[in-house]
Amino acid sequence: MPPLPKRKYPKSRQGKRRSHLAIKMPHIVDCPRCKSPRLAHHACPICGTYRGREAITMPAPELES
Amino acid sequence: MRHRVAGRHLGRETSHRLSLYRNLVTDLLRYERITTTEAKAKEIRPMAEKIITLGRRGDLHARRQAMRFVYDTAVVKKVFDEIGPRMKDRPGGYLRLTGLEPRKGDGARMSSIELVDFVDAPPTPRPQRVTAAPKAAAPVAAAPDAPALEPAEPTVDEAEPEGESAEAVAEETTESASELAQDDAEEREAGHSAE
Repeated sequence: MPPLPKRKYPKSRQGKRRSHLAIKMPHIVDCPRCKSPRLAHHACPICGTYRGREAITMPAPELES
Repeated sequence: MRHRVAGRHLGRETSHRLSLYRNLVTDLLRYERITTTEAKAKEIRPMAEKIITLGRRGDLHARRQAMRFVYDTAVVKKVFDEIGPRMKDRPGGYLRLTGLEPRKGDGARMSSIELVDFVDAPPTPRPQRVTAAPKAAAPVAAAPDAPALEPAEPTVDEAEPEGESAEAVAEETTESASELAQDDAEEREAGHSAE
């Protein structure tokens, strides 16, 4: 026989244990250039800029022929 | 005490890790901007900056020291002939890290590392046909469309429908240009009257 819990764990204790398990929101700010949400201190994935200049090289918008 | 444990192991043996660092530094100096994980970028920054400092010194001994680390002799040449002189008056701090979105597959923190004077090649937003369109047969409808698009640096979803319409007009106009001059004139007249 393996060792087993002696008593049922009440819902209240279960809840207390889980009180610290909530997932935190990432730090989201609005991009000053395109206003879309981006991570704070990160380059904007939409317009590719950070602090006005440092761009990710954005793919040129494709035009259907 | 947490002494003498600087640096990251990156899940690799020493020789593997050193190879990785040398590869990354070589590629960074070659392409001037690379995208990698934040941890790797932070590890290679001091190494790459030391190589650039050697490039600023520029003497033969410095060149040989750089050769010991950088894998590609062409890159060493570039560091000494281009990057070093460019950074002549900059007392360190040649590189810049910019955080990027987490990687898709595993959520790793990504970042780009670049020379501080790196100039991004501007995206070429339109194929030649559309830029040539106003010259071809002066389409009155397409002309106001084109300049409005250009300075805005459009996001992809924004550009698609407008670009398509502009292109459709351009296609028409180029066709008409290839036809007889009479037809062309007629078509132009028709375009004006339609306005």
